[in-house]
Amino acid sequence: MNFDFSDDQKFLKSEARKFLEANCSTARVRGVLDDDGKAYDEALWKAVAEQGWLGAAIPEQYGGLGLGYLELCVIAEELGRAVVPIPFASTVYFVAEAVALAGTEEQKAWLLPKVAAGEIIGCLATSEGPGPVTAGAIKTTVKDGRISGEKVPVTDGDIANVALVLAKENGKPALFSVYLDGEGVTRETLGTLDPTRDAAKLTFKDAPAIRLGEAGQGMEILEQVLDRAAILLSFEQCGGADRCLELAKAYALERYAFGRVIASYQAIKHKLADIYVKNELARSNAYYGAWALNTNAAELPLAASAARIAASEAFWFAAKENIQTHGGIGFTWEMDCHLFYRRSRQLALVAGAPRVWKERLVSHLERRNAA
Amino acid sequence: MDFNDTPEEAAFRAEARAWLEANAPKKYEAGADLEGGDSMAASKAWQAKKAAAAYAQITWPKEWGGAGGTPIQQVIFNQEEANFPVPGNPFQIGLGMCVPTVATFCDQATKDRFVGPALRGEEIWCQLFSEPSGGSDVAAARTKAVRAPDGSGDWIISGQKVWTTGAQFSDFGIVVTRTNPDAPKHKGLTMFWVDMHDPGIAVKPIHQMSGGSGFNEVFFTDVRVKDSQRVGAVDDGWRVSLVTLMNERLAVGGPSGTGWAEFLEAARSVPGLDGAPAIKDRALREKLADWYVATEGLKHTRNRTMTALSRGQTPGPESSIGKVVTALQMQDLGNTAVEMLDQYGIINDPALAPLHAAFHGSVMFAPGLRIAGGTDEILKNIIAERVLGLPGDIRVDKDVPFKDMPTGR
Repeated sequence: MNFDFSDDQKFLKSEARKFLEANCSTARVRGVLDDDGKAYDEALWKAVAEQGWLGAAIPEQYGGLGLGYLELCVIAEELGRAVVPIPFASTVYFVAEAVALAGTEEQKAWLLPKVAAGEIIGCLATSEGPGPVTAGAIKTTVKDGRISGEKVPVTDGDIANVALVLAKENGKPALFSVYLDGEGVTRETLGTLDPTRDAAKLTFKDAPAIRLGEAGQGMEILEQVLDRAAILLSFEQCGGADRCLELAKAYALERYAFGRVIASYQAIKHKLADIYVKNELARSNAYYGAWALNTNAAELPLAASAARIAASEAFWFAAKENIQTHGGIGFTWEMDCHLFYRRSRQLALVAGAPRVWKERLVSHLERRNAA
Repeated sequence: MDFNDTPEEAAFRAEARAWLEANAPKKYEAGADLEGGDSMAASKAWQAKKAAAAYAQITWPKEWGGAGGTPIQQVIFNQEEANFPVPGNPFQIGLGMCVPTVATFCDQATKDRFVGPALRGEEIWCQLFSEPSGGSDVAAARTKAVRAPDGSGDWIISGQKVWTTGAQFSDFGIVVTRTNPDAPKHKGLTMFWVDMHDPGIAVKPIHQMSGGSGFNEVFFTDVRVKDSQRVGAVDDGWRVSLVTLMNERLAVGGPSGTGWAEFLEAARSVPGLDGAPAIKDRALREKLADWYVATEGLKHTRNRTMTALSRGQTPGPESSIGKVVTALQMQDLGNTAVEMLDQYGIINDPALAPLHAAFHGSVMFAPGLRIAGGTDEILKNIIAERVLGLPGDIRVDKDVPFKDMPTGR
């Protein structure tokens, strides 16, 4: 039994933590939060690119480090812990992964080196309004290599250079790559729950679009991309949830009420124990997801669903109960609690809400445990 | 990251599997339960076989009859043994907790007397800690031990223990007694080993709300024991008890009872709100997903624990979360399954209820599981204090002589 990260991977994780502690304090995150004109931290993005993290799982032939998914997972956990205000997930987990999975050799050779070098920002554009993304809900269409329609919201749509867009061609969904700095694209910035992550409405009017993968296979490819992204996101969520527990614990140990530290009251102790239990369940599910992702196992869809559900629940619970543990001060703008609370919402929704994943999970179980 | 054995582990597993193939029973004995009789004879015979092959307590040193093996080897053997219909194991409390305590604190002659017979399953031990006045608060024990007035150095034990597993078929037990009521509660306890066949010891089964009787009350009436039966120093029983509790078997076993898979099966055959099978009910599907995720989370937490053992490390604190999750889930899952049956859910006749009324069994047993071996609340205290490092509760009884401690009924 070897169900843990290696010493080298743990070393990479501790190096990543040191780097982010030095380069991504919460004061730095607030630089994006408090400045409406700032969609992300460009300097941090460049620094992260220099670390090679953007290309951690990208093969060396495409300019990456060619390390692997386990390495990307430990980096993701530290990014989540630091609430990074950069388009890492959009660019790496969604766009680079989709191209690596379904792209042609030409598409890979064009995009992956640019991602690894930090020269391009990507985004995934699937939603067109309230409610889950389904094939029936897609109105965006592609005809003769030109795309028209609206996508809202698109995380990082404001700053991205390239979008992967779910659209219908000949009535069937497929994924298309659209160059956002080109013709036929307008962007409108949106107000969001988590202003440290940018989002926009993208409007396409006969913009050039190149299909990724087979015609009519959009939902199938998207499902695979989301499964893989869910596992990486679950590590970000675990990182954020653990940080919330640390913050709640630290505050409970220094705050006095009725003559003693509030950490000595069972109401607080049991609350923090509940957070710990959820965090560990999320971590164990995330580890299994990491194994499935790294080995491309048949169990990947189930592992991804479980990782996403557990991590979304854990981060939400830890983020809200961290505020509760802080009391009134936790409700202020100046305290960092709301950074995690906001990010927990962003991460839980960006790849589809937990209830969608629960439905997917049970559908997988029904098929696997066929009557 | 993988789920494979190391070459050494794989070799051990193959060896254990081969031995089990050659020696383990191939089908369940009829009427196998732990209430004594034939099934006890089968349990004892199987234990003797394992002891002879040094599989009974793999981590024990060879001079005790163990194999001098590692914890991961014990886990591997347990996994392999679970694939065979072996009889129940009424020896674990003795071998995992009582005998190591006696062996640690008593003289060589006592150790030599007890270790072998316990290992071979010839003698069964029970642990007499909980009392009517102290379940979670073990150090509040009132069962008293006083020196015999004849100057022999013997002790006279009187009082009552409760929730004692296996007392009805035990030959020996370790008992925590109050020897100094003038000292604060943790400082006036002493442990002894006792012969459960002593005429002053009466064992009375407890009738549980679930119908069964797996536990007992044990009454001590002027039970005379030698000073040589003392385990550890006089008034040092609390520290000795902590050693007993630390010896608890590594909790890396799998889940038991009804789980998400059984619920899925049942929900396929029960009609739901609109006549379609209940499995199509969105509310039930959400719950099913949550149970699956928690069950997988625990399974992979056990895999993390096993990994630490495999690497020769002490498992991390994550291994402490199991029972808090499983006990509550057993109650919730069982109850949801019963409610799914609507009015029919009140029927717990095994001939009529789904899965021979296993969900009903979960509903009725779960309250006990949430209390046994540490209540949900005590376990959360343990996580908060030992894992997260939060302060202990304020102990109003800490420096008070035991006899002056406030008590309720």
